[in-house]
Amino acid sequence: MSPSAIALAVIFIIVVSGSALGFYAGTRHKMSLEQWTVGSRGFGPLLMWLLMAGETYTTFSFLGASGWAYSRGGPALYILGYLPLASVIGYFILPPVWELGRRHRLQTQPDFFLAQYGNKYLAAFVAIVGVVFIIPYLLIQLIGLGIIVEIASFDAIGRTQAMIVAVVLLGGFVFVSGIRAVAWVSVPKDILMVVASVTIGIAIPGIYFGGIGKMFAALAGAHPAHLLMPGSTANLGHSWYISSVLLSGLGLSMWPHGFAATFTARSAETIRRNTIVMPMYNLSLAFIFFAGFTAYLVIPGLSNGDLSMLTLVRQTFPAWMLGLLGGAGALTAMVPAAVHILTASTLFSKNLYRPIFAPDMSDDQVARLARVVVVLLSLVSLIVAIYSTLSLVSLLLLGYAGVTQFFPGVVLSLFWKGVSMEGVFAGLVTGVACATVLILGNHDPFHGINAGFLALCLNFGIAVLVSMVQPTTTGRSNARLSGHMARTDD
Amino acid sequence: MKKPSLWAIVIASIPFCAMCFSVAAWDRVYPMVFGLPFNLFWLLLWIVLTSVCMWIVHRIESARTAKPANHPGERNPS
Repeated sequence: MSPSAIALAVIFIIVVSGSALGFYAGTRHKMSLEQWTVGSRGFGPLLMWLLMAGETYTTFSFLGASGWAYSRGGPALYILGYLPLASVIGYFILPPVWELGRRHRLQTQPDFFLAQYGNKYLAAFVAIVGVVFIIPYLLIQLIGLGIIVEIASFDAIGRTQAMIVAVVLLGGFVFVSGIRAVAWVSVPKDILMVVASVTIGIAIPGIYFGGIGKMFAALAGAHPAHLLMPGSTANLGHSWYISSVLLSGLGLSMWPHGFAATFTARSAETIRRNTIVMPMYNLSLAFIFFAGFTAYLVIPGLSNGDLSMLTLVRQTFPAWMLGLLGGAGALTAMVPAAVHILTASTLFSKNLYRPIFAPDMSDDQVARLARVVVVLLSLVSLIVAIYSTLSLVSLLLLGYAGVTQFFPGVVLSLFWKGVSMEGVFAGLVTGVACATVLILGNHDPFHGINAGFLALCLNFGIAVLVSMVQPTTTGRSNARLSGHMARTDD
Repeated sequence: MKKPSLWAIVIASIPFCAMCFSVAAWDRVYPMVFGLPFNLFWLLLWIVLTSVCMWIVHRIESARTAKPANHPGERNPS
């Protein structure tokens, strides 16, 4: 067998057994809308941890982090900075969100805004922003899958064909099984991911330099600036680091899928314990950085840094090992991608289409519409992914610039009685518009500061200011007073 | 929603100071620790210490919620 056949066969076996586990988990439960989206709110600590870890540690950490360590150097460290801080934020925000979710039977993030502010147009806008900015995150996973298959096949299978196969598999996976399947596929995925990253992170510097310390000594001798900020970039210095860490740290809990994942927990205590342990999971990312920095010394000059780690693995290890890593990477892409598609289609059907266009739809009809949207959304993302030229990290920062704009609306509603619906709506619209204009106009970073973070500051300021000028509205106090509404969508 | 206590917020802000705002102080290659550049070592150290801080915060907060057992439905019309 040729090396590419061996590598692809191993990847195929890993992906198929992973998906089989997911399908099996899915078919054991009857699928209502509640089961499909929030697993009937019955996830204990273990399943919950798997779901949250599975959603957080994606192809982005696998290929994107090493890609930036390779192509940008020091600025990539922002990834190690923001993930632990995001858990700190989560500790304070997610338990009250879960509490409200249980009280009002919430399933999605726009549901939360509706319950807190009592305005269906605000909720619909939250749904639109959520769907639009989750797409870059979905693209990361699709492009990641494409890269894995491309490299594992020794460039025999093009990235486009690889992505088509991935999308078909993904769509089918989500269509059949919902959120419970996703949590269970995280089991093999997380184990493989940790084993794989530790193995590469230790073995690759060991083989080329005789150890991690010796590799860094060589790098510090030859290119000391690459290890610092702004590294191999012109404008990603310390102010960019601080603003990006804050943007991403505040934003991690604001991803529509992460927000919805909170509702699957059995208790607020489950979530708190989770966020305490979560930072430690990031230690495995260090090994991925080791691999990226080694690649910078051993195979310099690749035009696309995201390919660096797997290219180095391919020229260092036997084909089966490349297959094992590729398989781990593929599952690492499929689990989050499934969650992204699932979330976006639910947002579209439940919080945008039904309340605005078809108020008479039943929950079952919404669930059916959501499945149709799964197919449409997969196709749209596939087409965008084929033409995207952004690096994986840039795509992630784009997503964060959008979803972090939810932060003021969520936090103010939890901890400040004076906040008004008008204030939050105005802030959100301004924040999203500002981030979009700056990023599309190539002004990111803006004077050395992350554009999404500037938009967030503006958003926060406007939300507070307008709330003070126009205090509590009737919609909001109604939603608050009728604390025992059976459902939020009437 | 009940606001977290002052101590919990103070301790939870330690990781923010250590990993985010103070970047200019620790973004350096030397001294290398365990063979790692200093900035990388510093962040890895604080990943562990963040969990420790949050564990302390959790102790403080659980002790606080355990005491007053009366919060019926918290209805505060604003």
